[in-house]
Amino acid sequence: MVDEVSKKPVVPVQKKRVSRRVFLTDSARGAGVALIVGTGLWSKAKIAHPIPFREIRPPGALPEEDFLGRCIRCGLCVRSCPYDTLRLSKVEEPGVVGTPFFKAREVPCEMCEDIPCVAACPTGALDKGLTDIEKSRMGLAVLSDQETCLNFLGLRCEVCYRVCPVMDKAITLERSQNQRTGNHAMFIPTVHSDHCTGCGKCERSCVLTDAAINVLPIALVKGEMGKHYRLGWVEKEKKGSPLVPSIMNKPLGQWGKDK
Amino acid sequence: MKLTRREYIKSNAIAAAAAAAGVSLPASTVLAGKEDNSSIRWDKAPCRFCGTGCSILVGTQNDRIVATQGDPDAPVNKGLNCIKGYFLSKIPYGKDRLTKPLLRKSNGVYDKEGEFTPVSWDEAFDIMALKWKEALKKKGPTSVGMFGSGQWTVWEGYAAAKLYKAGFRSNNIDPNARHCMASAVAGFIRTFGIDEPMGCYDDLDQSDTFVLWGSNMAEMHPILWSRLTNRRLSAKHVRVVVMSTYSHRSCDLADNEIIFKPQTDLVIANYIANYIIQSGAVNEEFVAKHTNFRKGVTDIGYGLRPNHELEKDASDSKKAKASKPISFEEYKEFVSEYTLEVASKISGVPQRNLEQLAKYYADPNRTVMSLWTMGMNQHTRGTWVNNLVYNIHLLTGKISQPGNGPFSLTGQPSACGTAREVGTFAHRLPADLVVMKKAHRDIAEKRWQVPEGTIPGKPGFHAVLQNRKLKDGHLNAYWVMCNNNVQAAANMIEETLPGYRNPENFIVVSDPYPTVTAQAADLVLPTAMWVEKEGAYGNAERRTQFWRQQIPAPGEAKSDLWQLVEFSKRFKVEEVWPNSLLDKMPEYRGKTLYDILYANGEVNKFPLSETQAGFENDEAMHFGYYLQKGLFEEYAGFGRGHKHDLGDFDTYHKVRGMRWPVVDGKETLWRFKEGSDPYVEEGTGFQFYGKPDNKAWIFALPYQPAAEEPDAEFDLWLCTGRVLEHWHSGSMTQRVPELHRAFPDAVIYMHPDDAKARGLRRGMAAKIESRRGLITTRIETKGRNRPPRGLVFVPWFDASRLINKLTLDATCPISKETDYKKCAVKITKA
Repeated sequence: MVDEVSKKPVVPVQKKRVSRRVFLTDSARGAGVALIVGTGLWSKAKIAHPIPFREIRPPGALPEEDFLGRCIRCGLCVRSCPYDTLRLSKVEEPGVVGTPFFKAREVPCEMCEDIPCVAACPTGALDKGLTDIEKSRMGLAVLSDQETCLNFLGLRCEVCYRVCPVMDKAITLERSQNQRTGNHAMFIPTVHSDHCTGCGKCERSCVLTDAAINVLPIALVKGEMGKHYRLGWVEKEKKGSPLVPSIMNKPLGQWGKDK
Repeated sequence: MKLTRREYIKSNAIAAAAAAAGVSLPASTVLAGKEDNSSIRWDKAPCRFCGTGCSILVGTQNDRIVATQGDPDAPVNKGLNCIKGYFLSKIPYGKDRLTKPLLRKSNGVYDKEGEFTPVSWDEAFDIMALKWKEALKKKGPTSVGMFGSGQWTVWEGYAAAKLYKAGFRSNNIDPNARHCMASAVAGFIRTFGIDEPMGCYDDLDQSDTFVLWGSNMAEMHPILWSRLTNRRLSAKHVRVVVMSTYSHRSCDLADNEIIFKPQTDLVIANYIANYIIQSGAVNEEFVAKHTNFRKGVTDIGYGLRPNHELEKDASDSKKAKASKPISFEEYKEFVSEYTLEVASKISGVPQRNLEQLAKYYADPNRTVMSLWTMGMNQHTRGTWVNNLVYNIHLLTGKISQPGNGPFSLTGQPSACGTAREVGTFAHRLPADLVVMKKAHRDIAEKRWQVPEGTIPGKPGFHAVLQNRKLKDGHLNAYWVMCNNNVQAAANMIEETLPGYRNPENFIVVSDPYPTVTAQAADLVLPTAMWVEKEGAYGNAERRTQFWRQQIPAPGEAKSDLWQLVEFSKRFKVEEVWPNSLLDKMPEYRGKTLYDILYANGEVNKFPLSETQAGFENDEAMHFGYYLQKGLFEEYAGFGRGHKHDLGDFDTYHKVRGMRWPVVDGKETLWRFKEGSDPYVEEGTGFQFYGKPDNKAWIFALPYQPAAEEPDAEFDLWLCTGRVLEHWHSGSMTQRVPELHRAFPDAVIYMHPDDAKARGLRRGMAAKIESRRGLITTRIETKGRNRPPRGLVFVPWFDASRLINKLTLDATCPISKETDYKKCAVKITKA
């Protein structure tokens, strides 16, 4: 029982095999990005360097290219992390050797209010301008599989929502009716990028064998609307009144009605 | 499995992207694999966890559970489950499952201070029987006792109650349901003269207004909450009012969120009654025909030890239930002081919120369903507040009709079916009979074929009293079965653990896992769980559900039923009954308790040939007859024809449960109402037939403060409770890695300003301390629960952070249920 209630993570940390194949894929990654661009999945990637796909940078990390330029691989951020979340990339791992990262599914960022990793960074690779941890954008949580997410099936899970440190902002529950049963509601976790810090607690806690919610690089997953279109209801709320006040609100009348 | 074109494109796109990014995917993702499900046997069972009673299909293969699913055709859950139910298949397979009896020994002999040592069942029962006989001989039947469970199967509870009340002649048997819904029971009995809700879950699909009086259904009754939410979403006029002492997940849906100061629900209930009267909304015809008015005594104390300051002057504590008849005018006068202004001032709730709630109840065109769980039950005036909510429904006649009625939700899977209906309480017998009444004892003794005078007329020790009596050395041989009371009981360091470790006592704990309680015991018995035995549970809407044994128990683990019945063989009747009693039935001389209680011609009358074909039944095979059926049929005899009718044993094995009373094969959805309840006579409209004149009682009962309130030193209220991911003490759910990961440790939910004022912030370790004990854990200011300033919430599932070291063992003096929701604590930096 002690084991069961002990404070050690229950999910075993996956051991990396240093195989020939890994080396090959690693070195082939540059080509891989080109392939993704070719398939259209990477259309927004603005950098030539491969960004780590499942390795998340610490809070306040500069854009990958700048970060790699500034980071001196000193490991002070790793040492300052009170939760052993951060570690340095090893030779056999993806990502540039010696740079700090974390894997959300293994140990997520606990979002310390005083952000010790940023404070410890001697070079500004982690931006000192980040003083409010809720403003950090390490990545973006994406509910990537609606087919296995228990909430989409009508079950009452919502673990990702309840562990979210920015609950009700970064993840909200959207209610809808369960058409299959006819008398139950569904509670759908919905991520909002204007609040999600990418801390990874949702991915870590997803109860599925493979998480249905994953933290990914923002650049990889975030859409961008065309500048030629605005959302009417958002613009109206921003202004606090109709954009064209001269338009009459009421219809002038309707056949069959008195007024 | 066939891949559709869309799926094919999707999976290939993922594979391409993944390969490009240097991620290798498991083969199963790339190639659609084929699963062989053909050899899985599926059969039904209710969920092992809460009182909702979701129906499950259990898939077994080679004597192991390999999968479960929600039963898509079950009326309760239609194939759905909560996150605990999703992991049901893992709960029997924790690594530390107990498989052998363990006895504390030094140098090969029993020693209270010894180490746990594996022993045989024979040796275990030998020492147990020795200790029981010693206690019985030395101090008589009141020195033996048992703490049972609302998680027992129906027949386990029945066998245990019979063993204690008729066998050992001790009423010292009480279920953990005492901590859970005893106040609801006392409230129902006091107002209606009969236990359990009149309505059912169908109300959730039909009511116009839902009022939560002290329940976080969103987390504690997840599937019922999704049903209630659907009703709110599907009809625009539906309103949800959530009353609580802190904000929680159910408040998300609230149209009217009422955060009141602890204990002031008493004020709010009386205000609503006053509003109904003042606004002319009393259903006069209903009130005149179907109700009486009563005024209860009020100086009833707080259920603490008699030498406690609060008990010394409590003149009514010995007759806390007493009441006298009053007139409607007197009642009206009584509640008239609970004006809107007064209610708002005492409760701290804005007037408009209270008035809106009162209007919902008063509106004759609006149905209202009141729901509650531990907020109202774990309350030093728990019985009162239950009574007061019934008052509101009775004054308006909004009861016993679809969408209209008070509904107490239960926390345990068979709190209703076993603890309440079987009557495993210290004062109860089956089917609402009580030990205090000679006529009731006569009925039980006759049915049990034991001599008149066998069952003692004095109620036994209730849960809290059992712990005190253990500590004081009056209760010496004690069996804890199917619960984790050292973790669960309030004030555990001062009042629970000392009794377990008292050298005068011998403590036996039956459990599948080495819980905190098992570790405090002298003998631990490895126990079969859930579908490792045939069982029956009764859920919150009076639905009794059966299941067959699906898998064998591991190692030497045995079911509670096997343990109880087998243990009874160890007692010759002469060792436990006095001669004067035996003289009344001399034919019993020389027999064992087993012969008298179980091999009695009733319990053993169904042959093995009637057991469920194709399924194991370890108990039936061991004893040589269909033990479960015999126990059930004998037990059901108490209620049939007496308004507690259960259906036929074999039918339950075929259906997805039935809601009692089951009369002529038909279930009852709304009790006490003509047309929907077979016991209500034609032309009466309603009959509250638990009372001799068929009239329910409306009670005049005041607001009184809590037993302990924050002061200058202990300046915060502490409220304890559950979380969705874990069930009760976590002995099952903490052994599911995914659930442990989802909520590993108990935290202190606290208002950020309260934290700041103490130099604390989110994530920091803090000491939380009461006059009785302290624990250390982390502060959470942003999570699922958002307390107002002045109150903190800590869940109790965490065996490594026992919050019940802090809680106070004050109880409702009527129901004897502990108030886990209110005591005073302070919090400092750790």
